[in-house]
Amino acid sequence: MADIRNDFVGIKSPNPFWLASAPPTDKAYNVVRAFKAGWGGVVWKTLGEEGPPVVNVNGPRYGAIWGADRRLLGLNNIELITDRELQTNLREIKQVKADWPDRAMVVSIMVPCEEQAWKAILPVVEETGCDGIELNFGCPHGMSERGMGSAVGQVPEYIEMVARWCKANTRMPVIVKLTPNITDIRYPARAALTGGADAVSLINTVSSITGVNLDNFSPEPSIDGKGSHGGYCGPAVKPIALNMVAEIARDPQTRGMPISGIGGVTTWRDAAEFMALGAGNVQVCTAAMTYGFRIVEDMIEGLSNWMDAKGHASLSDIIGRATPNVTDWQYLNLNYVAKARIDQDKCISCGRCHIACEDTSHQAITQTVNGKRMFEVMEDECVGCNLCVNVCPVEGCIEMVPLAPGTLDQRTGKTVSDSYANWTQHPNNPMAKAAAE
Amino acid sequence: MSEGRYREGIATHRLDAAEYAENLNDLHPPFDRHEAQVEADRCYFCYDAPCMNACPTQIDIPMFIRQISTDNPLGSAKTIFEQNIFGGMCARVCPTETLCEQVCVREVAEGKPVRIGLLQRYATDTAMKAGAQFFERAPSTGRKVAVVGAGPAGLACAHRLAMHGHEVVVFEARPKPGGLNEYGIAAYKSVDNFAQAEVDYITAIGGIEIRYEQEIGHHFTIGALVLKYDAVFLGMGLGGVNALGGADAQASGSVDAIEWIGELRQAADPGAVPVGRRVVVVGGGMTAIDAAVQARALGADEVTICYRGPRERMKASVYEQEVARSRGVVIRFEMQPSRILTEGGSVSGMEFTRHGETVTIACDQVMKAIGQTLVAPDLGTAADKLVLEGGRIVIDAEGRTSMAKVWAGGDCVNAGEDLTVAAVAQGRDAAESISRALAQ
Repeated sequence: MADIRNDFVGIKSPNPFWLASAPPTDKAYNVVRAFKAGWGGVVWKTLGEEGPPVVNVNGPRYGAIWGADRRLLGLNNIELITDRELQTNLREIKQVKADWPDRAMVVSIMVPCEEQAWKAILPVVEETGCDGIELNFGCPHGMSERGMGSAVGQVPEYIEMVARWCKANTRMPVIVKLTPNITDIRYPARAALTGGADAVSLINTVSSITGVNLDNFSPEPSIDGKGSHGGYCGPAVKPIALNMVAEIARDPQTRGMPISGIGGVTTWRDAAEFMALGAGNVQVCTAAMTYGFRIVEDMIEGLSNWMDAKGHASLSDIIGRATPNVTDWQYLNLNYVAKARIDQDKCISCGRCHIACEDTSHQAITQTVNGKRMFEVMEDECVGCNLCVNVCPVEGCIEMVPLAPGTLDQRTGKTVSDSYANWTQHPNNPMAKAAAE
Repeated sequence: MSEGRYREGIATHRLDAAEYAENLNDLHPPFDRHEAQVEADRCYFCYDAPCMNACPTQIDIPMFIRQISTDNPLGSAKTIFEQNIFGGMCARVCPTETLCEQVCVREVAEGKPVRIGLLQRYATDTAMKAGAQFFERAPSTGRKVAVVGAGPAGLACAHRLAMHGHEVVVFEARPKPGGLNEYGIAAYKSVDNFAQAEVDYITAIGGIEIRYEQEIGHHFTIGALVLKYDAVFLGMGLGGVNALGGADAQASGSVDAIEWIGELRQAADPGAVPVGRRVVVVGGGMTAIDAAVQARALGADEVTICYRGPRERMKASVYEQEVARSRGVVIRFEMQPSRILTEGGSVSGMEFTRHGETVTIACDQVMKAIGQTLVAPDLGTAADKLVLEGGRIVIDAEGRTSMAKVWAGGDCVNAGEDLTVAAVAQGRDAAESISRALAQ
């Protein structure tokens, strides 16, 4: 049985599944339910400074987009940080941590960008006995208009400065939560590291409008006919998050810095992918908000079963395993040649591969063979683009089969080479020519 | 002596009103918006889709389903009606299990086709409820076309002719339009007087005059129409019924299934339609199924369909047979009818030959569903002859008959299957051919 116990910057939890700082972690009631369900840890919903709490809108806080059968693919929210009294939260955090000592209890914090504000809150949070803090530099809505959240996360110098203040004023591990609403995620990550942060967590939500009501032309979610961009999350953002995690994991300056992966984690498989790209654990929100806390049962068991099947004994066996395989386009092997192959026994003859290829790609899939409706790849036209695989409704029906070295690529008329050659060496690359001269 | 539903012989009011309502309700309840969206999501939007090619009217099924999924039901209905103005009735009566749904790739993949028929009904019902009309008449051509028969073939032809700006006069023998849609299809397939509503919807395009109770031979001849009109379309269906040969009898209790179905469709109170306690239906097509299922619906205790051929030759689809069995109908195969037995002038049973043995089934009522025949139309003084083959009118690929200026389609021709949807396709295509001819 695989060991899925997690140690993230010294914070221990029985499994790598934490609930992200978000509506599900706003109160002891929810967090206790989550721990009962089996979650390994939580990041308590963001606390603000002492004083009158923030207020939320009294209309819809969430918008969504859906796939087939109304499966929720993306959620957007305009809820702010906790709107409960600071002392209430602190009291509950302390009690829950005392009752559930084996679970990770991290507290998210967002206060104004002044050292005094951080100096004031850090000791009272530390006093709860929590395991660490997460700096919310990510929320793209509401708080950012007040100079907090993503307004900080978008300025690397601020990240570095606040991280440093925190490290100077608490013994607790400091995790910096990054906003994806920037052009290059490596800059804020480097700033967090320079400021002394123990780890980064990402991604926070993506600025978004989920839709427009075509009756009254209000953006969704609509508050009295108006809307404001909210933070987008859920399965739809997972690819964005995976890339950002990988970018930080493979950046020479931040390589090795612990990462807590966030963004559309819905299943054990998603979690394994985040960890393979370098995340030390994962945080989940939308999946729990969609299906409830008990999905963690399958996450724990599924991850464990997969690890057993593959012979991975502990999480350290999988964390970062895919990171070395993420590279720049220019280093991809141009001598690798693959062709689509359609398994005629699995083909249900929907024709989607044909029309996708015919209309939008390389005219490499037949519609009829000998007058019969039949979809076959014409190898002399196939560039191996994978579009047919992606649009085929039957899993495993179309596969990309690499051509063995020495065989003929019917499209180019060239024999497949067994050597590796990339763009940097390619004759069409002016830079390559320059280097050769 | 048994009471109520078990009364012997032929009787009315075997059931109470609530039971009739329940038994004659929609075979498949229509989709609501949610169900339609969920089902539409299952469609793969196939390219050159098999379902479309299996449809005799070639409806662009993937497109109309996509339009449902994007919440564009009016666009969806237009896609359907462009190919098949009877899309509403076809959604109800088409044997989709042997047409579009049989070849649906999800039927191939998982044995569960996209329920195309119910989706088509959702789209067409939505448009008809909204009173949305999608077609206008072209400017008048001044040409007049006579259509014989206000059934699916005749009205599909009339509608397309009207679209092209021609004046259409439809000659209908019955007091109501719709043909078999009105008189020949089981009540549970067309509830709420749908056939008439559909005719109103179709004729709303204008330029179509229907003259009722106009019978060929009595009130007009084909020859006279040819003289008076620029073109003639024959869509009169099959007016005659096959006899049981020597076995037929005039006994009380021996009825023609299609007439009995029509009687039930026209009855204000289904309970007033007499039905036997034990009914034998002779035949193997959809009419046999419709009659048998409805005999059960009216309270018949034992209903047996006796088909002379083997199971695999039965025309009613396997699905239709299952529907009948689920309603308590027994289906027996290889039952060659011999004779109807009578007692005191009333039917008492029916005798069959089965593998050389005589099989007798006791019954009070025999419903004959052994096919209909063309009543050769009175051509009057026409110079041309109407060539028939196998008792049906011969047409070419465009629907032209052997007579100049005369086209034909629907059950009266010897082409295509005897299905509403095939009749619609033939009527529509003949109208296009007529328009081309008139333009020359």
